[in-house]
Amino acid sequence: MSEHEHHSHEPHAEHAQRTLSPMELRVRALETLLTEKGYIDPAALDVLIDAYQTKIGPRNGARVVARAWCDAEFRRWLLADATAAIASLGLTGRQGEHMVAVENTPQVHNLVVCTLCSCYPWAVLGLPPTWYKSAPYRARAVKDPRGVLKEFGVELPETTQIRIWDSTAEIRYLVLPQRPAGSEDLSEQQLANLVTRDSMIGTGLPGKDA
Amino acid sequence: MSYHSHADLGGQDVRDAIVMEPEGELFHTPWEPRVMALVVAMGPTGLSNIDMNRAARETLPNYRDLSYYEIWLAALEKLLLQKGVLGDSPSPPKQVLRAELVAAAISKGSAFSRTPTGPARYALGQRVRTIAVQPAHHTRLPAYARGKVGIVDRVHGAHVFPDTNAQGLGESPQWLYTVAFNEQELWGGQGLNQRSTISVDAFEPYLEPA
Repeated sequence: MSEHEHHSHEPHAEHAQRTLSPMELRVRALETLLTEKGYIDPAALDVLIDAYQTKIGPRNGARVVARAWCDAEFRRWLLADATAAIASLGLTGRQGEHMVAVENTPQVHNLVVCTLCSCYPWAVLGLPPTWYKSAPYRARAVKDPRGVLKEFGVELPETTQIRIWDSTAEIRYLVLPQRPAGSEDLSEQQLANLVTRDSMIGTGLPGKDA
Repeated sequence: MSYHSHADLGGQDVRDAIVMEPEGELFHTPWEPRVMALVVAMGPTGLSNIDMNRAARETLPNYRDLSYYEIWLAALEKLLLQKGVLGDSPSPPKQVLRAELVAAAISKGSAFSRTPTGPARYALGQRVRTIAVQPAHHTRLPAYARGKVGIVDRVHGAHVFPDTNAQGLGESPQWLYTVAFNEQELWGGQGLNQRSTISVDAFEPYLEPA
């Protein structure tokens, strides 16, 4: 960071100065101020970013789903007490404190949204995708779920009941998708590879866009 | 004093397309991860709570013009100004999230469940009507679900009550329920008829017997 504070005439340094966007400058200024005032440890920001870029993401949720597909007892536990079942796989904490798992069946398809902000099960899915936080998804998911699903390339039979979960409190929802047909011979790890982020939100089906 | 949330989007007429995003694509500018981490790292300082943060975000007059991380940044700046952190004698942080504590803090999270102060007023399967009034403060009952009759689908125990917590009036734990509504009850004659059921997570003060 300190190189940016020098008034260097080296072309490289000047170039680096110029390429900072107004938003970058604004965020850097705030970060510097909060560091100086003793509110944050900038090294903690690096660790946080790394955690959500490399450790906490939808592959965690995929492990939960694959386990539920392979282990009937785990599936029952997940549906009865998702917080505890998910914690047994070492997945706990921030934005996953109060989990509910909802199961897709041939009769029912589940879809998760947060119409009021961006509530999302970080512990199992990581940071929410931009569309999940966007106005069109939040506005339409509750009123026109079939239209929304169609945008995601998912067309359900007319007879399928759609169950929409608006995350308006601190309960976080994980969709347990249906195990794909013809996956009987796959290992738990191979099954996990079929589980997409969107299939755990309800906007996708497993094996479709992994 | 009037209070207006610009974030209550469920059921609104927003026609923009939903923009898909691949799983690994978490950030779109170099400053977005810093904002995410700044907001998370400010949690332990105790400067504000999650409900104050949401209130600060949803009342930004230009909420609908901002990207989600722009909303987070603008709300953080607003709170810092309100709390006097940018002034000469800010109140000291309760706790600073040091780099070495990040992993433990993430896996610990912060539970929102509390010991109930009385018995639950409603039971599983009971018909309830949501209140129709829009309070003049932060609340978590979406406009589309006000004054509607639904069925108690889950009982979650007592949780921190956002309405008081956002105003700095304490946690005032309340029973939390998932209340499910038939699509006709919510959208009436608008007749999308999608075979859908929509639920919200509603705190007991949002409900009346039906």
